[in-house]
Amino acid sequence: MTSIEIKEALKNQFGKSVMENDELPENQVEVKGEEWLDIATFMKNDPKLSFDQLECITGIDTGEEGPLQSHYNLHSMEHRHKIEIVINHDKNEPKVPSIEKLWRIGDWFERETYDMFGIEYIGHRDLRRILCPDDWEGWPLRKDYEPQESFHGIVVPKIKEEEGWE
Amino acid sequence: MGVLENKFQDNVVVASLDKILGWARSTSPWYFQFGLACCAIEMMASAASRHDLERIGMMPRSSPRQADVMIVAGTVTMKMALRVKKLYEQMADPKYVISMGSCATSGGPYWQHGYHVLKGVDLVVPVDVYVPGCPPRPEALIEGLLKLQEKIQTERPLTRKLA
Repeated sequence: MTSIEIKEALKNQFGKSVMENDELPENQVEVKGEEWLDIATFMKNDPKLSFDQLECITGIDTGEEGPLQSHYNLHSMEHRHKIEIVINHDKNEPKVPSIEKLWRIGDWFERETYDMFGIEYIGHRDLRRILCPDDWEGWPLRKDYEPQESFHGIVVPKIKEEEGWE
Repeated sequence: MGVLENKFQDNVVVASLDKILGWARSTSPWYFQFGLACCAIEMMASAASRHDLERIGMMPRSSPRQADVMIVAGTVTMKMALRVKKLYEQMADPKYVISMGSCATSGGPYWQHGYHVLKGVDLVVPVDVYVPGCPPRPEALIEGLLKLQEKIQTERPLTRKLA
């Protein structure tokens, strides 16, 4: 199936939970965060879609004006088609249902996105930081991230763009 | 050796215990085998047959309890910095640290925007020898190790230190 056909199939099943967004490229579909677990279950189990592989989960911070996004790259080995799902989050309270039980690889993908962007995956059984230390402050890949000044008594020297070492 | 000269047979060498200790320590500094990044590959190459660190008396030990020298080979992240410190504390005295490569020395390519990288391992543990390079070739590391051996040789562990 082409991306447009996949989008139509999702629209027939879920109606308004699949959004119309003309700014997105052809291979991306934006869906509502609250409905995401149902949509994902359908996408995995429906014999015509049969998305049996989750390739990647990425977070994107689109800056001050824009939202925080989760991107899911799905692929079907059976039908050899793929699609990218986009979910927009409220920046102050980014929450989305976890699909970790559906595709097991989602476990670490969601932990990584949580680590870097602070997006909370509700229903994840072990949502801890995966790369940064457990007691790290802040979400490093967000645009407004400020590195912490000290970590366990180790002072981090601040470096200014033009002046060099402070 | 002054009064002791020519008092013994030819196969007896007389020296101060201090010097002998320094000589013995400097010619067998076993290093702690752990690598953090690409510098570790060069460290492995130094230990392998072409450069062969064992010919200068150095062999890798996998436990900090048995090691004398810690070669910090690679990027030290904040998460790893706490572990490096703990490993250094676990080593028995006398202990030495070699900072290998620009990452361990100053943060290297991460010195400005790497929020997660320690800007020099000397913020956590005392460093004896810095080896520059990114990564240093085995020859450079061996040069650093020989410098360290010179340093160990000049130490006088039994001489009372002036306060």
